[in-house]
Amino acid sequence: MKTVSFISQLIIPVFILFTILYGCAKRVRVFDCFVSGAKGGVGVVFRVFPYLLAIFVAVKAFQTSGAFEFAQESLRGLLEFFHIPIDVVSIALIKPLSGSASLGVFTNIAKTNGPDSLASLISAVIMGSAETTFYVLAVYLGAVGIKRTRYLVPVCVLADLVGIIIAISIVKFFFQFS
Amino acid sequence: MNTIWVLLIVISVLFSFLNGRLDEFTKAIFEGAKSAVEVSLFLLGIVSLWLGITKVIESSGLIYRLSGFFQYFVRRLFHNIPPDHPAITSITLNFLANLFGLGNAATPLGIKAMQDLKTLHPGGETITFEMMVFIVVNTASIQLIPFTVIGILADYGSNNPSAIVLPTLMATFLSTLFALGILFAARRIFK
Repeated sequence: MKTVSFISQLIIPVFILFTILYGCAKRVRVFDCFVSGAKGGVGVVFRVFPYLLAIFVAVKAFQTSGAFEFAQESLRGLLEFFHIPIDVVSIALIKPLSGSASLGVFTNIAKTNGPDSLASLISAVIMGSAETTFYVLAVYLGAVGIKRTRYLVPVCVLADLVGIIIAISIVKFFFQFS
Repeated sequence: MNTIWVLLIVISVLFSFLNGRLDEFTKAIFEGAKSAVEVSLFLLGIVSLWLGITKVIESSGLIYRLSGFFQYFVRRLFHNIPPDHPAITSITLNFLANLFGLGNAATPLGIKAMQDLKTLHPGGETITFEMMVFIVVNTASIQLIPFTVIGILADYGSNNPSAIVLPTLMATFLSTLFALGILFAARRIFK
């Protein structure tokens, strides 16, 4: 585990050093080149900002409205039938919406249920195998000004749902709970 | 996106009303706006940083070497992109950053990839299928080792925090495959 995390710490510094040295070797004016590339960042973030704002406002409002608790309660019966801990719902609902909030929810699950409980294990796998879908959509679509997304959003939502079912099934299979 | 956004807002107002949290709703939208500014400022820094670095990669010709690596897979997935197009490299770099869990590098490189993909269809406001493939792989998450999650499990005294590595890998791999499957199926249906 230690070696793996050391290697992952190495990646970015080594990559940057290599890029710059390679540039020097090819007689590129590295500094001027970097600055002219970085200039483009301002425009990108300007374009992305309204999209981010729209998503963040909606997600934050949704979180505080209590709609989460309602969804959790309405899924309780179904989950008990499949012997799935109720806490899994909150992580499954929040992960596609917000990265920082899902980290908070996950920490809370690990604290209240214990780190080796079924709820923590399933949540951990969902954390690692799902992405903050709506943030990614807002940033990537905003960056190039796409307005018509055809069938992309339904595909992403369906894929998230399938991904969560896969995560739950794999954990149940691996850790032999039932 | 439109439907999702409207749904989120309408449901939020409705539930705030039912739960007597209308005051919190108003506070929440301002807080949301504030965190959008904070995230954008953060993005401004890292996006500019990585755009600067990718510019060096482009000018030095390193871009052609990097894309040789891992490229077979990317080319297969995006067979409509000309093989020497810069999009291939930026997509490859974004996928690699995702694999290693380098979120701060993945987003800027992903933005670059979207811009490169856009040059294939300049001016259009409609998404291309290649952009959809790229976004779906990104939303399905392809991270190899979830360090943060292992760290939290370890903090709370887990017996074996890295036990989740293998299940996470399998879940990531399968869900990415399924996500792509759903996308390709959707293309058949909606064509």
